[in-house]
Amino acid sequence: MYEHDVIVVGGGGAGLRAAIAAHEEGADVAIVTKLHPVRSHTGAAEGGINAALRDGDSWQDHAYDTMKGSDYLADAPAVDTFAQDAPEEVIQLEHWGMPFSREDDGTVSQRPFGGLSFPRTTYAGAETGHHMLHTLYEQVVKRGIEVYDEWYVSQLAVTDEDDPNERDCHGVVAWDVQSGEIAGFRAHDGVILATGGPGQAYDHTTNAVANTGDGVALAYRAGVPMEDMEMIQFHPTTLPSTGVLISEGVRGEGGILYNSEGERFMFEYGYATNDGELASRDVVARAELTEVQEGRGIEDEYVYLDMRHLGEERITDRLENILHLARDFEGVDGLEEPMPVKPGQHYAMGGIEVDEHGETCIDGLYAAGECACVSLHGGNRLGGNALPELLVYGARAGRHAAGADMPEPKIQTGPEPDAEREDLGVPVGAPGARDAAVDGGAVEHPDSDPKAIVEATAESERARIETLLEREDGVNHADVRSDLQESMTENVNVFREEGALKQALEDIQDARERYQDVYVADKSRTFNTDLQHTIETRNLLDVAEAITMGALARDEFRGAHWRKEHQERKDDEYLKHTLVSWNDGEPELWYRPVILEGDEQTYEPKERSY
Amino acid sequence: MSTQTPETETETEQPSSTSPQQRRMEKKQAKKDQREADEAAAANEIQGETVELKVFRYDPEIEGKEEPRFDSFTVPFEKGMTVLDALIYARDEYDSSLTFRHSCRQAVCGSDAFFVNGRQRLGCQTQIADLDGPVRVEPLPHQEVVKDLVVEMDHFYDQMESVDPFFDPDETPDGELEEQRQDRENRENIKLSTRCIWCGACMSSCNIAAGDNKYLGPAAINKAYRFYMDEREGEQKRQERLEIIEDEHGVWRCQTQFSCTNVCPKDIPLTEHIQELKREAVKQNLKFW
Ligand SMILES: Cc1cc2nc3c(=O)[nH]c(=O)nc-3n(C[C@H](O)[C@H](O)[C@H](O)COP(=O)(O)OP(=O)(O)OC[C@H]3O[C@@H](n4cnc5c(N)ncnc54)[C@H](O)[C@@H]3O)c2cc1C
Ligand code: SF4
Ligand code: FES
Repeated sequence: MYEHDVIVVGGGGAGLRAAIAAHEEGADVAIVTKLHPVRSHTGAAEGGINAALRDGDSWQDHAYDTMKGSDYLADAPAVDTFAQDAPEEVIQLEHWGMPFSREDDGTVSQRPFGGLSFPRTTYAGAETGHHMLHTLYEQVVKRGIEVYDEWYVSQLAVTDEDDPNERDCHGVVAWDVQSGEIAGFRAHDGVILATGGPGQAYDHTTNAVANTGDGVALAYRAGVPMEDMEMIQFHPTTLPSTGVLISEGVRGEGGILYNSEGERFMFEYGYATNDGELASRDVVARAELTEVQEGRGIEDEYVYLDMRHLGEERITDRLENILHLARDFEGVDGLEEPMPVKPGQHYAMGGIEVDEHGETCIDGLYAAGECACVSLHGGNRLGGNALPELLVYGARAGRHAAGADMPEPKIQTGPEPDAEREDLGVPVGAPGARDAAVDGGAVEHPDSDPKAIVEATAESERARIETLLEREDGVNHADVRSDLQESMTENVNVFREEGALKQALEDIQDARERYQDVYVADKSRTFNTDLQHTIETRNLLDVAEAITMGALARDEFRGAHWRKEHQERKDDEYLKHTLVSWNDGEPELWYRPVILEGDEQTYEPKERSY
Repeated sequence: MSTQTPETETETEQPSSTSPQQRRMEKKQAKKDQREADEAAAANEIQGETVELKVFRYDPEIEGKEEPRFDSFTVPFEKGMTVLDALIYARDEYDSSLTFRHSCRQAVCGSDAFFVNGRQRLGCQTQIADLDGPVRVEPLPHQEVVKDLVVEMDHFYDQMESVDPFFDPDETPDGELEEQRQDRENRENIKLSTRCIWCGACMSSCNIAAGDNKYLGPAAINKAYRFYMDEREGEQKRQERLEIIEDEHGVWRCQTQFSCTNVCPKDIPLTEHIQELKREAVKQNLKFW
């Protein structure tokens, strides 16, 4: 068994920032991550990091834009804290040597981004995430923080009280991908999940193959609700063949969208009469798909994003990476031709329910980054707001886990016994006979000694993996995964209809049933990616189900969530967060009110126009 | 609200099954099979082409796989297909034990550097159409193979970490919200060096590194360059860095063969950076090995 004060699961932006913060509080920290930290998907972020740094801008404006962007589904305490802390965090990065793009006077450059009332997006070319990830990792190396890289975390060691609000987290179980060793990791003070997004629930996504929603599913099965999962952001500019992202920075710098008639449709068809291409992402994604559906798309699939008029100098200075991406992955020269783009799954606004210290309802269990939902992005995340979130909330989770004295949280967490449960009228959850090998649910513990709990969990994980490896034939997880991805892309995309959502839930049920017979063809203990991907697929099933349940229940139009039958925002009914609780494998859906009262002002829901 | 039927766990694909659930699944599967067959036929018709992959295989643990060998996979070709796409297809459709690292599939995570047709390349960045068939995929040379295409990266990471790969200024501005200034020109100077994704291709291509296990190697020296040339860094740290890189196994080992520069997927002028650091060392009148 390995022991540390704080264990951070995941070595992306959120995990690294959390580890540094906990270390600065004096804790003995370890990072356990399935990829080496520099391979994390934070490295793919292109566009930038928002923070109010300059005269004429203020944290209040940043907070206001964020709340408006969220379509009033964010919690004000989360938004205010975020906007207040972001500047210091960005300057901290600068002090750590981050190679930001610069102005003539040597200060950090900022550019305009969608949905922002001030050009407050700091950036490093179109490779902002790469530089941020490496800068943070450098600081981890400098501090000598221990990293267990290529260790896959597959279970949390949590006590088994009936009420999740009373449970404690004592550690995790992970296996060394290279050797197959399965070990318990005891955390004296806290476990921080920073496992990133669940983009692999879809087949057209900007997310990495490793983004399988592991942390969300682990916390969920341990009893933490998933919050606002239906709020999936579809990015309007991804390359059609691969899903590779073309940064919003292109539109920030003045890039233009055209349909097949050569019309600048954002204006021509009145989708966003003020901001045009720079309207918020949900607005632009719907506009593009509407164009395609009305026959003004190219090859019935995509539209054009044109940056040629910006000139070679400006493009190579600020968007050079985009030229490489368009050339390598779509065969298009962005200096000579417009780039084909279409919407693709991009970001999960929802995730593990946490308060503004990153803590879940389970004592000692934290989450930060894209896997978490403090409720900062609500129904729609503004471009450039995820990276500062990793910094602000990663740091706060790290500090709190390491024992820093922080005030009572204003945001509540945990299942509420009295809340009304919504019945969707469609079967959800684990079907038929339960099978521990493929279920991965919580483990019962004979006694309450933390070490014994970690060891018992490790033991049950060994048995589970043994069983999976012993099966001689059955279903290949890859088939289950690809069917799931297809159904989600087909049925739970930008435009959502009741029938299709129900279809998706049926497909997920089918997938769950087939998964009961899953088997791992590779019997090796050495670098068994077959085993790893099989377990990841199980996590995707839970996450996909919560996304779809939330989407079916929320019969209104808010942020990224559009319902054909309900094309209006229903503030009197839906100023509330969707929560899905595990409830022993029978998911329960319920709601909690949104907090609109902030530090200085109460945010009044207004019509969103751009 | 549940419509679950109690079912036994055995073979869901039995044709004689009776439950409505199973019949529905069978119908679905049949439809899916049909669709896949149609798609495959269509793809073949349009392209009329397949790609032959020859992939290095090795697993120290499994009987019959501990002897290195090559496996052939025939993969339907699609326009825009990369070496990584082809490997994924081979794994998901033919042999799920085929093992390789990959994640971002957009040339930023640095996991999938392989030896493709005799050259170090990122699988995700290499178009099949640009290669001559059959496409031969091997693990990076000069690194220990863990399994199939996965190589041991620890040595590479150790070399990267031995150059103190972190920014270390003498002092930072007092004000928490005050930036250090960096000249645009200085940022331009170091820009290319900051692009490294730690893929290890350069190290694997380097003859010197192959012969001298202690040689820092192009990526680590480039990392040192990134900080040494950054005008914000502290004077003392610059001296320390220079001492690290002009150590016996540092910059002077480089024989300017340009192999690293040729294979770097991020087009970092590695050899040039090494030469520049040699000049710095001479300027500072440090020792020659
Ligand atoms: C293409 C792209 C471009 C983007 N551009 C921007 C932008 O310009 N600005 C912006 O603000 N946001 C941007 N975003 C969003 C932002 O980059 C992500 O939300 C953010 O980087 C996620 O960081 P993270 O630390 O939460 O997760 P990640 O960086 O994905 O890290 C997850 C970590 O968890 C580990 N992990 C996962 N599961 C396990 C497990 N079971 N066991 C052990 N370890 C595990 C992984 O190894 C990895 O280290 C972009 C996103 C994408 C996909
Ligand atoms: S310098 Fe280039 S080849 Fe070497 S590790 Fe970095 S990106 Fe890879
Ligand atoms: S998969 Fe990330 S570099 Fe190729």
